[in-house]
Amino acid sequence: MRIGFYICHCGINIANTVDIEEVMKFASQLDGVVVAKDYRYMCSDPGQDLIEEDIKSLNLTRVVVAACSPRMHESTFRAACEEAGLNPYLFQMANIREMVSWTTDDKEAGTEKAKRLVAAAIRRVVLHEPLEARRESVAQAVLVVGGGIAGIEASLRLADSGKKVYLVEREPSIGGHMAQLDKTFPTLDCSACILTPKMVEVGSHENIELLAYSEVKDVSGHVGDFRIKITKKPGYVNASKCVGCGVCTEKCPVKVPSEFDMGLGVRKAIYVPFPQAVPLLYTIDRDSCWYFQKGTCRICERFCDVGAVDFDQKEEIIEIQVGAIIVATGYDVFDASKITPLGYGHLDNVITSLEFERIINSSGPSGGEISLKDGTAPTSVAILHCVGSRDENWNRYCSRVCCMYSMKFAHLVRERIPEAKIYELYIDIRAAGKGYEEFYNRVLDEDVTFIRGRGAQVTRLATNSEEEGKLVVVCEDTLLGIPRRIPVDMVILSVGLEPQKDAAGVARMFKLSCSDEGFFLEKHPKLAPVATATPGLYLAGACQGPKDIPDVVAHASAAAAEAMAMLDRGYVVLEPEKAVISEETCSGCRICLDLCPFDAINFDEEQNIAVVEEVGCDGCGVCVSACPSSAIVLRGYTDEEILAEVEGVLA
Amino acid sequence: MENPKIAIVLGATCAGCDYSLLDLPPEVLLDVLGKVEIVYWPTATDFKLEDLKAVPDGEIALTLYEGAVNNEENEELARISRQKSQNLLAFGACSCFGGLPGLANVTTREGLFRQAYLDAPSNESNGVTPLRVSTVDGHELTIPDTFDTVRALHQVVPVDYYLPGCPPPLDLIGEALTALVTGDLPPKGHVFGSSKSLCDECDRRKESKSIHELHGIHELIPDEEKCLLEQGILCLGPATRGGCGYPCVKMNLRCWGCMGPTPESIDQGANMLSALASVLGLDRETDLTDEAIEVLMKQVKDPLGFFYRFTMPTSLLKRAVRRNQ
Repeated sequence: MRIGFYICHCGINIANTVDIEEVMKFASQLDGVVVAKDYRYMCSDPGQDLIEEDIKSLNLTRVVVAACSPRMHESTFRAACEEAGLNPYLFQMANIREMVSWTTDDKEAGTEKAKRLVAAAIRRVVLHEPLEARRESVAQAVLVVGGGIAGIEASLRLADSGKKVYLVEREPSIGGHMAQLDKTFPTLDCSACILTPKMVEVGSHENIELLAYSEVKDVSGHVGDFRIKITKKPGYVNASKCVGCGVCTEKCPVKVPSEFDMGLGVRKAIYVPFPQAVPLLYTIDRDSCWYFQKGTCRICERFCDVGAVDFDQKEEIIEIQVGAIIVATGYDVFDASKITPLGYGHLDNVITSLEFERIINSSGPSGGEISLKDGTAPTSVAILHCVGSRDENWNRYCSRVCCMYSMKFAHLVRERIPEAKIYELYIDIRAAGKGYEEFYNRVLDEDVTFIRGRGAQVTRLATNSEEEGKLVVVCEDTLLGIPRRIPVDMVILSVGLEPQKDAAGVARMFKLSCSDEGFFLEKHPKLAPVATATPGLYLAGACQGPKDIPDVVAHASAAAAEAMAMLDRGYVVLEPEKAVISEETCSGCRICLDLCPFDAINFDEEQNIAVVEEVGCDGCGVCVSACPSSAIVLRGYTDEEILAEVEGVLA
Repeated sequence: MENPKIAIVLGATCAGCDYSLLDLPPEVLLDVLGKVEIVYWPTATDFKLEDLKAVPDGEIALTLYEGAVNNEENEELARISRQKSQNLLAFGACSCFGGLPGLANVTTREGLFRQAYLDAPSNESNGVTPLRVSTVDGHELTIPDTFDTVRALHQVVPVDYYLPGCPPPLDLIGEALTALVTGDLPPKGHVFGSSKSLCDECDRRKESKSIHELHGIHELIPDEEKCLLEQGILCLGPATRGGCGYPCVKMNLRCWGCMGPTPESIDQGANMLSALASVLGLDRETDLTDEAIEVLMKQVKDPLGFFYRFTMPTSLLKRAVRRNQ
């Protein structure tokens, strides 16, 4: 055994809290170590050259590098080993940066811990066996989950490059939140006007298979070969027959609050969510349809000339194979009723920003007219920023879009009601974007009163005649240093962006990690903002964190580009760290069979043993730890290797 | 040619292994006895330690050492056995893994004595504990000192063969003795038994191990055709070396694990614990809270006595941590 040991200073990142000299001296005395060297940046070319030259000149049979996390540079050093003719799996990394130097200022303790991790790595590497990675071909199709602007953009980019796209949307129409918005800041483009052409393109694109009113049920497989099960929910209208004439909706006697209009308008039990819906396919909402709930009606069926209504339609499971997945499941808005003092849900004329988007929209429930509950137009409006954002009690983060849309609201109110008093209650104005600061200045000139202070309470309790019959917004004006009471007719709560309610379930299904706030975690916050820890799985849009539309579009395009690059390369390298079942020791007890999250274990009835299908195995180790007779081994993570590490740490 | 010499040595044992020897079918027992020369077997014949000591080093072809190593006498016998024998066989679960006496490793010698002679409700010692040296009628008597930690034989001296079981299965004893008399001993380190777990030979029907309720053997009459574990009966078979012919399971009793871990396993108890934790409540795994998991796992009564009944001293645990007073 001839082990080469290398320790990285990482500039001062490691060197400041770990005595490099001492660790090197320590390592050089361990069994099998023939050379121990240090370098300022082991990951640099000269650092890698050091390893490569030693492998050749000193005939090293094992290499250990003590540096950063293997997630950063394991592949770098493995490649260096391979370059010099050493099997890349005869390498082991000791993480003395994230696990040592970044955890302490105590150099003595840091050095001691570094030594232990180094001893662990050196004991372990002795037991390493040469392994071979495999190449597998990549299925030339991509699954895009979520049909908001992120999913739409990603799908179009991929489809335009000739890739087959399956776009799954759980609502009856694509469009997402953007379809609900009125104007977009700062250019005041009509949101629908810029979105609907893209929606139509998705609907008609030859490379896009749009699966609306559908949900992903199961994900298995791996990069290059994901197997997806999708449930197509029954809409009880035959897509190939429906011509979208709308007679069914006209005749349907059931009225329920419209989700698209945030409950401010009504829709029928058979409906399209909004006129520009794609696909333009009517859907029966089972939960409100009289036929399904009471057993009679079927009026829609009677009036449908083409016989498209089909009450016998069943849920359908579709199975597809894709090479990559883009998750674009978007966001939800903060539930303003959680902050009771702001009155949402129990005071009239206190509304949320998304409700206001529908109110102001000319195709919305009020035809674009801003009116109070009693039908009159408000003479004064207060817009409260940061509802549920930048708040220790709710979400600590800034939702990034609220300042801008709040000022857009001020502008739109001014446009419709020129004499109205408009107040913006803000903590700071965040207008960092192209043309954003200019928009802020524009609104400042539109006679809008900016009050620097968070709205603390909205009340109907008047303390003087001026407040009588009004909503009173209580706040502290932090510029004047005084508490203020502002009587207004209407209060708009600028609610922040949150992860979707079912984000944790989605994360489990796709094996994504979530950040503290619950948004999906990217591979690297700066350098890999669309990739995830799972190869072949990418994030697009606000499911990764709050974003405005241009950022979402850029993010989604980047996700499409990553997926495209992977598909175009045509192959993926599958790591050899897979579970292997020994024929000699497997007793066929069947404990592992139900456990595999990838369904990669089959039972060989003839031999009475379980067998791992290597391509499907993800190397997660669930079966390995469950096997009661230790007949399953995870290559690269044998009991002996792990125990050697433990012994190294404890030695 | 002279018949090979054999010795049967007793350490910390209940002598149940001895009974197994005598349970061998007469044709096997008599055949073997006719082809060997017994130089030491205190249970069956009137041998003294001096007789064993008198045998020249390395003259015994095979010594069967039964029992764990728990006191000075056990250790002395183990060392003498090694010295006198060409082949040393760990005979029975105690000798192979520490066995039932090995459970004493949850405490110390003092704790053991306190429990056995003072605290146990059944004892009638009136506060009297054994003394290492005592004087009776002017004679000074000594008894061997008990150790703090119980060990398996191979943790004391090098061992050539292992024959586990509590008691060791007759077929395997026959196999080992026949190998000796025919001069066809397996390679050193061999463990008599199967290379697979008990499930391999068990012919009960196995379907799905996704279980959520555990039952004591007294709480239901098990289906005789179906895997006991799948009926919620904690059977240690999946984590236990086969080769015993599963007599317990055939009688609708669960496997207690006396054949010890399977060849690749480094810890039988941890293996079974991990397997059980993997399948228990599996069908509703995603909804399980930490509290619900605890409720599930608390169904295992006497976990140490279940998972480590026979293997505590040779497990990764080895013994309870000794805290300084």
